[in-house]
Amino acid sequence: MFAYYLDLALRSLKRNKGLTALMVLAIALGIGASMTTLTVLHVLSGDPLPGRSATLYYPQLDPRSLEDMRPGEAPPKQVSWMDGMNLLKAGRADRQALMTGGAVAVSPPDAAIDPFFERARYTTRDFFPMFDVPFLYGHAWSRADDNNDARLVVLSYRINERLFGGADSTGKVLRMGGKDFRIVGVLKPWRPAPHFYDLMTGDYSNSEGVYLPLLTATDLKFPFNGSRDCWGNSANVDQKTAQCTWLQFWVQLDTPAKAAAYKQFLDNYSRQQKSQGVYQRDPNVRLPDLMQWLDYNQVVPSDVQMQFWLALGFLVVCLVNTIGLMLAKFLRRAGELGVRRALGASRRSIFAQLLVEAGAVGLVGGIGGLLLALAGLGLVRMQATDYAPLAHLDMSMLGATMLLAVVATLFAGLLPAWRACLIPPALQLKSN
Amino acid sequence: MLKMTHLSKVYRTEVVETYALRDFSIDVKEGEFVAVTGPSGSGKTTFLTIAGLLETFTGGEYLLDGADVSGLNDNARSKIRNEKIGFIFQAFNLIPDLNVFDNVEVPLRYRGMKSAERKRRIMDALERVGLASRIKHYPAELSGGQQQRVAIARALAGSPRLLLADEPTGNLDTQMARGVLELLEDIHREGATIVMVTHDPELAARAQRNVHIIDGQEVDIAEEPRFHADHATGSHA
Repeated sequence: MFAYYLDLALRSLKRNKGLTALMVLAIALGIGASMTTLTVLHVLSGDPLPGRSATLYYPQLDPRSLEDMRPGEAPPKQVSWMDGMNLLKAGRADRQALMTGGAVAVSPPDAAIDPFFERARYTTRDFFPMFDVPFLYGHAWSRADDNNDARLVVLSYRINERLFGGADSTGKVLRMGGKDFRIVGVLKPWRPAPHFYDLMTGDYSNSEGVYLPLLTATDLKFPFNGSRDCWGNSANVDQKTAQCTWLQFWVQLDTPAKAAAYKQFLDNYSRQQKSQGVYQRDPNVRLPDLMQWLDYNQVVPSDVQMQFWLALGFLVVCLVNTIGLMLAKFLRRAGELGVRRALGASRRSIFAQLLVEAGAVGLVGGIGGLLLALAGLGLVRMQATDYAPLAHLDMSMLGATMLLAVVATLFAGLLPAWRACLIPPALQLKSN
Repeated sequence: MLKMTHLSKVYRTEVVETYALRDFSIDVKEGEFVAVTGPSGSGKTTFLTIAGLLETFTGGEYLLDGADVSGLNDNARSKIRNEKIGFIFQAFNLIPDLNVFDNVEVPLRYRGMKSAERKRRIMDALERVGLASRIKHYPAELSGGQQQRVAIARALAGSPRLLLADEPTGNLDTQMARGVLELLEDIHREGATIVMVTHDPELAARAQRNVHIIDGQEVDIAEEPRFHADHATGSHA
């Protein structure tokens, strides 16, 4: 019967072209606005590492002095060099990476390309497997290279394109900060959104162009790029010994039991640090997983959330209008529906027929909404925000657009269809 | 075939009760052609809509084809309407969006019939009413008489046990009315049970038996037979 109902729906939609166009327009506008803002929200609040995020944790310790201490205060968002190295060396997690952002002066091997500054990530080796970073050529440096000041570098896809035209550059030498580094790997295009592993350098900023071993970069005193939170007297002190938090430390813990044990380890570590007089505060430890960390940092801009709710409200207004139009359309056909009832259609059949018609309106409205959403996302991409380039409709959002359009229109069609199928057929036939 | 006993239909408002049918009884045997007559507002159409299970009744008993239909839900009533009853309306009630073929197909669609069987029945019914060559025409392209013939074909296509006709010639001129009436008589001669509501005494005179309703009550259900099903010569006209 579905094919029959669909055929009837198309005939009906063709019969009242003006009314049909109004309904489609209302749905398209509501869906277009909603899906534009929902897509932006989806991109910004999505899981940057689906399938892995639940096993990634961000340990937080509180090495600060008692000065300005407030009860219940959250620990700092980064770790100090001392804590980072202690936790790294303890090796209690399945994987762990200590890192910070930086900037290096790159001297291209091709003299035709001018030297330039490039964003860098100084990190330890587990960064790559822990975050599932995809390699196009080569591989990451070894764990041993983390500790021997190895002058190795992994290039992003973008930088490899720029410097080597996309060719396999592994084994070649790249001069950065006046030093030679051997290229050991080239990444595939990789831009996690948000830039979860370091929110201090921009929530949705582009990924770094070069990746260097942390010890190498710090020993060479390559420029640091990010936020630093210090306490006590830290002026003119080497950043490795300064009382400052400026590094990000991530761990991979494959089971909840391991996460609980690691939390306990952090607690014990803090207690031990305090007993040795390194820490002044009582243990103040947190171990959020990746999504909890993003949530805690309120990564999604509040204006994006507000736009989404406004668009959803607009969709509701559009749907209310559609309900009115559909009600008028269906009730105007009371005579025909009465005849169908007399000829053997049950209320259920009439209800189904009208819902299929509503669904057809939703489908066409959804296509219109999709086009409007694509146009809306084009406008978003023209904005000067760091998340603007990310505003693209992926397959899941495309499917969601059509699903939302059909479901919303079916929902809008429920009342009109119900009212129409309740019309007493006898009354219609008598009045005819 | 159709038996109503002490049937009543009351329309209630907060202040008044109106009897559309009161203590109404009728017994239509299989193969009969019965005319239900009466002035406007007498309850004829209410009787027809109750007989056609389009409306429920307030009291009494209604047996259709031997089965009590009083407690049936909407699905069951729709199924009976679809399989056992054919409707012919004064205003034809064809669906303007659908061509002749598709209009006749409507009741068969709700029966869940296969496409080939539907097509066979539709063509048979349209040939029966002499409109097999007009299957692609839309109602607006047909005369009133042709539209009523399509409506009759639609009623016949499902091979119903009972045909209910509500002023079937009321919207037609004399010539077209005659043609439609002759068609109904032919259908009756082939064994169909027909109950026709009309306020036209001439039309009623063509039926085997008349039931007269005034103020929702039958006043005489044993009229002199005026039409004989075994007329083969057409001398009844």
